[in-house]
Amino acid sequence: MSAPPILPLRVSGLGFRAGGAAILAEVSLTIAAGPPMLILGPNGAGKSVLLRLLHGLLAPSTGHIAWAATGAQAAQAMVFQRPVLLRRSVAANLRYPLTLRGLPRAEQARRVAEALALVGLEGLAERPARALSGGEQQLLALARAAACRPQVLFLDEPCASLDPAATRRVEEIIGAIAARGCKIVMTTHDLAQARRLAGEIVLLHRGRVMEAGPAATLLATPRTPEAAAYLRGELLC
Amino acid sequence: MATCIWIADTAAAGPEPPGRYTGGVQDLTAAFHLLFSGDPGMLGIVAVSLRVSLSAVALGAVLGLPLGAVLAVARFPGRRGVVVALNALMGLPPVLVGLLVYLLLSRAGPLGAWGLLFTPGAMILAQTILITPILAALSRQALEGLWEEYAEALASFGAGPLRAVPTLLWDGRFALLTVLLAGFGRAAAEVGAVMIVGGNIDGYTRVMTTAIALETSKGDLPLAIGLGLVLMTIVLAVNALAQWLRDVAQRRMG
Repeated sequence: MSAPPILPLRVSGLGFRAGGAAILAEVSLTIAAGPPMLILGPNGAGKSVLLRLLHGLLAPSTGHIAWAATGAQAAQAMVFQRPVLLRRSVAANLRYPLTLRGLPRAEQARRVAEALALVGLEGLAERPARALSGGEQQLLALARAAACRPQVLFLDEPCASLDPAATRRVEEIIGAIAARGCKIVMTTHDLAQARRLAGEIVLLHRGRVMEAGPAATLLATPRTPEAAAYLRGELLC
Repeated sequence: MATCIWIADTAAAGPEPPGRYTGGVQDLTAAFHLLFSGDPGMLGIVAVSLRVSLSAVALGAVLGLPLGAVLAVARFPGRRGVVVALNALMGLPPVLVGLLVYLLLSRAGPLGAWGLLFTPGAMILAQTILITPILAALSRQALEGLWEEYAEALASFGAGPLRAVPTLLWDGRFALLTVLLAGFGRAAAEVGAVMIVGGNIDGYTRVMTTAIALETSKGDLPLAIGLGLVLMTIVLAVNALAQWLRDVAQRRMG
């Protein structure tokens, strides 16, 4: 696919208010092609809202989100914390967004097979998607997003309700998708997971960016005392 | 006028005085005899009933289900008003619909040129008007929950609300089966509308409900009971079939 690159994404002064409360304020960051970016922070820090704003599911109250190319929506995909699966077969779930993108049938079939192989669900193509186990459902959601071959893949706590084995499987697949050149932007409140996956980290606290930068530097030498406390595992409130 | 046939019939036979009726068992036996002998008159009545009510459900589904899905998905000013109005229309009295369609189709009415009055076509039209709001209101209810679940994911795929409508209709197909059943039950059971616009013409627009009303007032209780049993059996069988389909599908689809 030779779609124009939509990265870097420049976000400036982003704010979101709901019912009078500020969920996010003055978020400015640049997302460039490269290793996965993990958005870390305690519950209620605004991680999910930030992802939804970036993906265009919510409209910002203030600020700008500027992609490098127009038509960026079709070059993104998102996987939600609780996978949303259509009441259809596994293969039909994989085909749905491909049909929306107007891909020819042969290309759809190729991508469905490839996506099934990526997550190891080859034998379950004709099974109803909602009859899968929780872990398999999340794998399918991941496969469905990957089949769209997005330039940017947003993942909202994809492992939040998975056991360690399933989490490991999902992390491996995220790594494989990232290795194909797709930019991963993922939220988590699991510090250990961030250490395993992150190339870049954004620390979010109370709707503001506390600190952002390359994972190695940020994890080793945080600049703010709050970030240091969070990384030591202390509870932020 | 065909309506006069019914009135004349009733007048000629005269209703059975309630106190003198004693033939319950004989009537029931006669009813079963009628049922299992395959009386052509009765089979004809059953056939007209099914044709009219199933056609009305099909037309009502074509109109009502997409309308319900659009209402589940769309957010526009006045949507609440439309939803309340639809819910109110669910309780539309059949005789009122019959009167309305009668006025529309009568020779002096706006659609008088169609020549539909006292034909099965008029009955289908009346029942369609009667059940379309029911199908729309119930499908809106059934699909709204599904839409809440799907909205973000579909938006993420780049599917607008318009594209979401067929998706919801397909993914909600098992819930919609129950909605269709409610519509069929309402259509098959109503008397008022088909009586007024169909005229209860023997062999042409006589359906089970109007025949039961007529035969009861004439005092031909075996036929009335027999038809009543057939009506109940059909409604039960259709419901059982739909429930079974739903159960099987749900077990398969999770």
